[in-house]
Amino acid sequence: MSTPSDIQLGSWQAVSLVAGREINTKLRSKAFVITTIATLVLLIGFALVMKAISGGSDATVGFTNETSAMAKPFAAVAESVGESVDTKTVSGEQQGRDQVSDGSLDALVIGDGQSVHVVVKKDLDDGLRDAFNVLAGQVALNQQITELGGDPAQVGATVAGAKAQVDQLEKPYPYDPQQLVLGIVAGILIYMSLLINGQMVAQGVVEEKSSRVVELLLSTIRPWQLMAGKVLGIGLVGLLQMVVIGGVGLAAALALDVLTISVTAAVGTVAWLVVWYLLGFLMYSLVFAGLGALVSRQEDVGGVIAPALMFVILGYVVGISVLPSDPDNKLAEVLSVIPVFAPTLMPMRLAMGGVPVWEAVVSVVLVVAMIPALVWLAGKIYANAVMRSGARVKLTEAFRQV
Amino acid sequence: MADGRLEIDRISKRYGDVIALRETTFDVRAGELFGFVGSNGAGKTTTMRIALGVLAADGGEVRWDGTPINLETRRHIGYMPEERGLYPKMKVGEQLVYLARLHGLSTSAARRSMEEWTERLGVAPRRDDEVQKLSLGNQQRVQLAAALIHNPGILVLDEPFSGLDPLAVEVMSKVLLDKASEGIPVVFSSHQLELVERLCHRVGIIRSGQMVAVGAVDELRSGGTVEMVVEAPNAQAGWAGGLTGVTVRGHENGRTVLELGDGADDQEVLRAALATGPVTEFSRRRPSLTELYRTVVTQEVAA
Repeated sequence: MSTPSDIQLGSWQAVSLVAGREINTKLRSKAFVITTIATLVLLIGFALVMKAISGGSDATVGFTNETSAMAKPFAAVAESVGESVDTKTVSGEQQGRDQVSDGSLDALVIGDGQSVHVVVKKDLDDGLRDAFNVLAGQVALNQQITELGGDPAQVGATVAGAKAQVDQLEKPYPYDPQQLVLGIVAGILIYMSLLINGQMVAQGVVEEKSSRVVELLLSTIRPWQLMAGKVLGIGLVGLLQMVVIGGVGLAAALALDVLTISVTAAVGTVAWLVVWYLLGFLMYSLVFAGLGALVSRQEDVGGVIAPALMFVILGYVVGISVLPSDPDNKLAEVLSVIPVFAPTLMPMRLAMGGVPVWEAVVSVVLVVAMIPALVWLAGKIYANAVMRSGARVKLTEAFRQV
Repeated sequence: MADGRLEIDRISKRYGDVIALRETTFDVRAGELFGFVGSNGAGKTTTMRIALGVLAADGGEVRWDGTPINLETRRHIGYMPEERGLYPKMKVGEQLVYLARLHGLSTSAARRSMEEWTERLGVAPRRDDEVQKLSLGNQQRVQLAAALIHNPGILVLDEPFSGLDPLAVEVMSKVLLDKASEGIPVVFSSHQLELVERLCHRVGIIRSGQMVAVGAVDELRSGGTVEMVVEAPNAQAGWAGGLTGVTVRGHENGRTVLELGDGADDQEVLRAALATGPVTEFSRRRPSLTELYRTVVTQEVAA
């Protein structure tokens, strides 16, 4: 007898062999490498654009020696009307005019410092014009105060100190605009990877069915081992992708000073992203694997997983359309705790901040509790349907059989 | 009963209202090449799938070496499904190593085995090509390599010869005979009855989910009727009419085909033939497996 001595293949070994093949195949696929690099380039590009928009000043305004005293008040005024300007002092009016003509200065303030007289090349942009007008008003006001014997500085301080008193019945969470952006990015990332990797699982299942290789595989391993290996393999690659993209993106944003939130908050966002990616992927990919097993042709994959995919899309759409403008939205808050919507909504809310601890905990617990039920359900559908090629297997049949 | 036999013992299977197998029973002995024949839909593939555990039987048992087959022992089976299947986009070598590993071989053993079998089946130069880039014939060879890669203790092949060119048929035949002579049970299904007759030690004929004949081809022949051809140029029609148990099937130009039933004596036939004059041919015509098959299957239909 030529029987090989002692064939030992534990469940874990079988699962990891299958997962290994998935990882190997995926890491070497051009599509994977290209999407990863493209996403990275996009994220870094986004960070650079953000820096270009927010980082640099809008305009450079020159002051002569006579008007240089106005530089500081002008910068303050400009900031209050939302213009970010650089101020510099030029050595003489003529040099200043030259710089305005060659474009290195956007405006030059000349005169004796008693009134605001601005030289520009062609036109003054509206923001700057407002700032100059306010400045002119202030200069005039200060002159009047001085004439009346008052101290402009003291008046200025008193005016600045006067504020309406507001009593808040409920303290709103102080959302940081940067974190809102972070939440949007987190939402897009998790949505994309759930969408791509989830469909990958369904397609992989159908590939084995349509190429008939599944019969050969199932003669040596059990259906659940094949399914688990596939989910695990694709999930790990997706996780790797998520960590790389999230990590590099965040590092780039922090390095470029686009993000000025603390490193702990940033790391926390990525950590939550990873947790929710894992939970969401497990939840959806199991369903996708089960549903994928019902059909035998790649063309039918889309149709059969569409109902489950709707939940992913719905959660994402609600999140991306409501949360950025209204992070406290009640509907989004309620949905984000419901397991089918949580994987897309919760990480967005967590990245934006202000999620009560209990909500974060409850949503995780609910999803974790749901996963064993899904494992059982998807495993049953998969095992019953995966060997039946040809027409689409009805869900009810897949349940009843065997 | 640890004799290395593969026993299919009274397995039954129904799909809804359709009964696919009823108490199908046969065995494949160690070192034997067993041909499994039957019309389309008779239950060959279902039987093989049940033996491989990819399908569950409603009743009955499959045993190997006296013990019921389980997932562990199934890994000793080399299987070639009727629906050929390999990952189309995976390279030949990698695919075979992967399948060998799934059957429990270590990485190094899997590599060695892959190299050996691709060499033996003539696909070694294609190891680094994707399966989908191979010709159909070469894909078949890879499929066979997939069945043999883990040095199986049993071979179950569903239609291994279908779609092969004559050269590939020879390669396949040789491999199957080699494996049988190594002392393992080899069972394959086929519609090419001449091939089955030439290769197999024993055959089993299945009809509507039931085995209707199992045994060596010679054994099966002896069970049926015997035909004789007598060539006696001077014989007149009806010369053999009075002989007991003999039916005349045809008579043309001095050549007579007779069917010998129970109680017929071929020597008496010869004497009667000689009485008519010279006899130039006197032979027992052995029915081919094809004829046997036709007889068995039509008998059952009539019954």
